[in-house]
Amino acid sequence: MKPKLALYWASSCGGCEIAVVDIEEKILDVADFFDIVFWPCVMDFKYKDVEAMPDGDITICLFNGAIRTSENEYLAKLLRAKSKVLVAFGSCAQEGCIPGLANFYDKNSIFEFVYKNSPSVDEQSKGIYPVPITHMPEGEIEIPEFWNTVKTLDQVVEVDYYIPGCPPQSFQILNAVGAVIDILKNGKPLPPKGTVLGAGDKTCCDECPRERKEKKIKRFYRPQEIIPDPNECLLDQGIMCVGPATRSGCDALCVKANIGCRGCYGAPPNVTDQGAKMVAALSSVIDAQTPEEARKIMETLADPLGTFYRFSMASSILKRVQPKTRPDSSGK
Amino acid sequence: MKQIKIDPITRLEGHGKIDIFLNDEGEVANCYLQIPELRGFEQFAVGRPVEEMARITTRICGVCPEAHHMAAAKATDDVYKVKIPSAGRKLRELLYNTFFTADHTVHFYALGGPDFVVGPDAPPAERNLLGVIKKVGLEIGGKVIGLRARCQEIIQTLGGKKIHQVTAIPGGVSRGINEEERKKFEEYAKYMVDFGQFTFKLFEDVVLKNSQYVDLILNGPYTQKTYYMGLVDENNKSNFYDGKVRVVDPDGNEFCKYSPSEYLDNIAEHTEQWSYLKYPYLKKIGWKGFVDGRDSGVYQATPLSRLNASDGMPTPLAQAEYEKYYKTLTEDGSGKKPVHHTLATHWARIIELQCAAERAMELIKDPEITSPDYRILPTETPHEGIGIVEAPRGTLTHHYVTDEKGIVTKANLIVGTTNNHAAISMSIKRAAMGLIKKGAEVTEGTLNKIEMAFRAYDPCFGCATHTLPGQMPLELNIRDKNGNIIQRVKHNI
Ligand code: SF4
Ligand code: SF4
Ligand SMILES: [Fe+2]
Repeated sequence: MKPKLALYWASSCGGCEIAVVDIEEKILDVADFFDIVFWPCVMDFKYKDVEAMPDGDITICLFNGAIRTSENEYLAKLLRAKSKVLVAFGSCAQEGCIPGLANFYDKNSIFEFVYKNSPSVDEQSKGIYPVPITHMPEGEIEIPEFWNTVKTLDQVVEVDYYIPGCPPQSFQILNAVGAVIDILKNGKPLPPKGTVLGAGDKTCCDECPRERKEKKIKRFYRPQEIIPDPNECLLDQGIMCVGPATRSGCDALCVKANIGCRGCYGAPPNVTDQGAKMVAALSSVIDAQTPEEARKIMETLADPLGTFYRFSMASSILKRVQPKTRPDSSGK
Repeated sequence: MKQIKIDPITRLEGHGKIDIFLNDEGEVANCYLQIPELRGFEQFAVGRPVEEMARITTRICGVCPEAHHMAAAKATDDVYKVKIPSAGRKLRELLYNTFFTADHTVHFYALGGPDFVVGPDAPPAERNLLGVIKKVGLEIGGKVIGLRARCQEIIQTLGGKKIHQVTAIPGGVSRGINEEERKKFEEYAKYMVDFGQFTFKLFEDVVLKNSQYVDLILNGPYTQKTYYMGLVDENNKSNFYDGKVRVVDPDGNEFCKYSPSEYLDNIAEHTEQWSYLKYPYLKKIGWKGFVDGRDSGVYQATPLSRLNASDGMPTPLAQAEYEKYYKTLTEDGSGKKPVHHTLATHWARIIELQCAAERAMELIKDPEITSPDYRILPTETPHEGIGIVEAPRGTLTHHYVTDEKGIVTKANLIVGTTNNHAAISMSIKRAAMGLIKKGAEVTEGTLNKIEMAFRAYDPCFGCATHTLPGQMPLELNIRDKNGNIIQRVKHNI
């Protein structure tokens, strides 16, 4: 009997799914080796088919997207129970990704802008907020509740492995899937729980072709303030790059395009908090004699929190910034 | 009252939902399209450096990140009041037209086209790219994959990444291309242009030569007369990357033409408490509910409407097909605009595909494309900016306000598919009313024909709900008055 594979998307942009499809004809090898039992984006399956499976029936489940509705959470729990191996696939599932920046705010403030303060909302509509159940003349219609907080997969269920990236690069998806096929085919032992698959074990700097000298810097430059030297390390030039606090694996795509890394491959090995790691990395390059001078240099850096935690806000030690308005009672 | 619920899988999963209510006679009483998700990008944009918006808003949608990347970049240029160098603009435009070619190809071959190529009554399992290959030959599958791979390579080179681009920055782009890359991409562009011609031929053979299909387009329950929107250049020719937004009325006469900075004078949004997605409409006409016609502010922003809103295509092969399109779709062959047949959107889409490919070819042959002068440093104090592009699924507007350091204090987005929210709802209702008849059983084929109304828009609620367009698993329940399911059908829409 073939091993069973499931793919699922919770709250995601669809990019992870496209990255899977982008492995092109190799997808046929995957379909050949595995019995794909659940992939709602591509094939017709019902939740009840999954509900009917015995526990642990799915060999491996690749789960992309963050958890932000009751529906997402239900599927996470269901697929956890039915899968021997559950993989958090992509940045949203692993660490909350950019949608996790919503944790800077809460449901009320989001609603307030979208349905009231947005300059395009008309006068009559101002302040009409969506509600879960509406009674129309013809009957009842329903939408799910919007949560306060974006959660990562492992904040909801136990996760076995992680495949990082926003999205994971297709060649790395192939590497990871190839490794899994090798293990299953040849009866090799599974890697330890928590292993990161489809990525390197160094930092982005390791894959970066630029020369890093750990120069001391007097100020930071934003991308529109400087034309970078093509061969020198961006950080050495004072251009914000999260490379030192990011796991290798993407092949340094952004830096090769003359743009600083923003950390979508997550924290490097043995680091739990990507932002804290970046602060540590910066402390060694800031050219300051006094705390006052250091503060001045740091002031030239725009939005440090939203930059260091661009992808990992939801999983950081901060978890979320204190909401600006009182959380809704239904907010999780 | 019976309720037909077209729902993504039994439990609502967050990918869009259609409820069709039948009255006691078994006729359609009303339809509701609900979009069940919201992520609050506008809110968490606040506090971010404005140049990062081009890297943040890409995550609204992994299907069309290029559109958000470009709209954000243009809005940011405007925030700094910087005019980007010509080479930078051409590189952005090359990326954008390549994206349009790839995106329209996927829709035509894998999502919308199968309805025609394989047939509207074919089983859902065959209405996909594989079904198309089966019907017209394996060679087509190879061509489609080849096209996509080439486009993706150009996008990765110019945009830094295949998905979620990073290179557009205030004042231009962060990298250019060398002669070696240019040469290779010229080969690719030739492939893209030929692919457009090949697609016209296929459309001609499979659709236009089949009188049943032509009849379905012209006389099926798929016609609605709304205003139409599209971006045009200074000659009123269609443009995807830049220009003014032109709106024509249901008779095809120009109603207004506005610059990005005037969008708030022209567009307003209505909300309903039962959907997270808003309903944009023409402010000067007003919101009159889910109705079409000249007195209703409802408009469409689709390939069909972009053709209606323009005076033609800027490239020769696309222009030739444009003329044929209007000639064929007008009763007397006069070619008089506009076309109101929703299903003609598929034809309009491949005309745009051809245009984007030809435009990519023009750009790649432009000697300036390898120029190193692709960016300048802005010097003005940042304040407020608006950027508009045509996303494949509708006009996309990004609007940012910043403090004097260029930190976002307010962001407002009107996303492609959202423009069509009201029109899509109305199209579904119209199709359902035309197809669900008193006492008759609602078959798979009936439902597919209702869904075809939806699919013509290539709705990327991805931008709101993140489904791959056209890959929306839906379940349809028909309920009796007490809510018991008496019939159940399930589909990938
Ligand atoms: S900090 Fe950035 S630019 Fe410098 S070496 Fe690391 S990845 Fe490369
Ligand atoms: S360079 Fe950084 S931000 Fe860019 S793809 Fe790699 S890990 Fe992600
Ligand atoms: Fe989209």
